[in-house]
Amino acid sequence: MARLNVNPTRMELKRLKGRLKTATRGYQLLKDKTDEMVRRFIIIARKNKQLRQEVESQLVGALQNFALAKSLTDSVKVEEAFLMPSQSVQLQCKKAVIMNVPVPDITISQQKNAGLPYSFLSMTADMDSVVFAMNQLLEKMIELATVEKTCNMLADEIEKNKRRVNALENIMIPQMQETIKYISMKLDEDERASTVRLMKVKSIIQKERN
Amino acid sequence: MYNRVGVIGNINSIMALKAVGVEVFNATNADQARELIKKLSGQSFAVLFIEETLAEQIPEVLQKAKTKPYPAIVPIPSAKGATGFGMQGIKNDVEKAIGTDILFNKEETTNGR
Repeated sequence: MARLNVNPTRMELKRLKGRLKTATRGYQLLKDKTDEMVRRFIIIARKNKQLRQEVESQLVGALQNFALAKSLTDSVKVEEAFLMPSQSVQLQCKKAVIMNVPVPDITISQQKNAGLPYSFLSMTADMDSVVFAMNQLLEKMIELATVEKTCNMLADEIEKNKRRVNALENIMIPQMQETIKYISMKLDEDERASTVRLMKVKSIIQKERN
Repeated sequence: MYNRVGVIGNINSIMALKAVGVEVFNATNADQARELIKKLSGQSFAVLFIEETLAEQIPEVLQKAKTKPYPAIVPIPSAKGATGFGMQGIKNDVEKAIGTDILFNKEETTNGR
């Protein structure tokens, strides 16, 4: 492992020791954070999978029923009936925070439910049931959207965090340890050198006196 | 404020969603879908549903949208049935976060739990 390009001085040594301490602590913290995020992620991912299965099967069913119901009626009439929706959906979006990751929290805040957008005369009863089924499904779809987005963002964050942990563990910390070792060895060597030099000088002076 | 919900897809199949108050946008090919997402991202949409068959063709747009909290772009199946694209998305997330796909294998073996 390459050591850092620094001057082998006492000041640098002190500074590096401080940095190493911080890095070790940061590494520990980040690792704990990853563990907790993964734990939560698994719970959310599982929920995501279940929700998606439900929504997919129900939505396909509803859409197929819609296609069937549509085929029984004049297509222009259908378009006319659905042209002006009688209800509107208002969402309420908040930002929830999971382990310092901002995730969306979407709920339906108001759903003006005025029933069917057409008169009973113009459409078949099949169409009515499709619209009612869709109404019930919508809430689940919104929930799916929230959960899926949360899942996405958590996965992103976990990946980023893992990279940080790896960088600290495999690069930063070994590098600093190596450099600290190098500096302390160099300083020891200098100290020994100066001691030897002093002894040598002393012996020369002694010789000259005699 | 993000408070609208929209759906992008073939108008014939998603018209039913219009009845429940979702805003419907017609797109029959990838280019139209791409344009629509670009346009709608700047508006106050919190959730955009998109048909799986279209979503499959524009992975780069979806990838880009993943980095922002809103709008949440969610693939939904069309009347023809689910293609498995949405499920694949969850699988990818799990693989990205954990390294291997423990969720889908595990669920199969421990289904009774």
